[in-house]
Amino acid sequence: MDIVYFAWVRERIGLAREEVETSAATVADLVTELSGREERYAAAFADLSALRVALDQELSDFDAPLAGVREVAFFPPMTGG
Amino acid sequence: MQVRVQEAGFDLGAQSDAFAAGCSGAGAIVTFTGVVRDAEGGGLVAMEIEHYPGMTQKALEKIAAEAEARWSLADVLVIHRYGRLKPGARIMMVATAARHRRDAFEAAEYMMDYLKSRAPFWKKEILQDGASEWVSAKADDEDALTRW
Repeated sequence: MDIVYFAWVRERIGLAREEVETSAATVADLVTELSGREERYAAAFADLSALRVALDQELSDFDAPLAGVREVAFFPPMTGG
Repeated sequence: MQVRVQEAGFDLGAQSDAFAAGCSGAGAIVTFTGVVRDAEGGGLVAMEIEHYPGMTQKALEKIAAEAEARWSLADVLVIHRYGRLKPGARIMMVATAARHRRDAFEAAEYMMDYLKSRAPFWKKEILQDGASEWVSAKADDEDALTRW
């Protein structure tokens, strides 16, 4: 599965995209898994209320299942317009 | 519906004229333009706009389609830029065309409210002293969606 990061999430983790092998059932499980890897992930995911998630380019929720998902994106609340 | 995500600038007059020319039955055309504003207290060197290439076009089309479903519109145009922009530069524009102004105004406002919080763009202010800061989303912007 591909994971992409944007804005300060990308800066904090130090990566724009990475491929991960995971058996996480939900987005929240994936976040727990990533946070356990290294401090920079834990720092980026410390406050989930400050983050948004998209699954295959559609906005989603942290309790959403990951079955069949190819791309997960984490980013701060959007500031378009 | 016309949705364009681009790095290049655009000519507001030319875009408005071309849009209006394609909507001959419309009696009302509303355009909104978003411009890079200086930082509070001044000193903004540039605004860097990042986006999610795979998602941006789809998200904007979804917002425009919802506006077309809710109001009686002849056409809708959205142009949104990304990249490094100078203060005063145009970031984006929305145009709506309808038989009557109420539809055109409301649809334009609806699209702007949704673009703020549902289109995957992120803005970073680059300041004179070399510092930079991500623009944070405002609670007001999220609250604005509840009225629709």
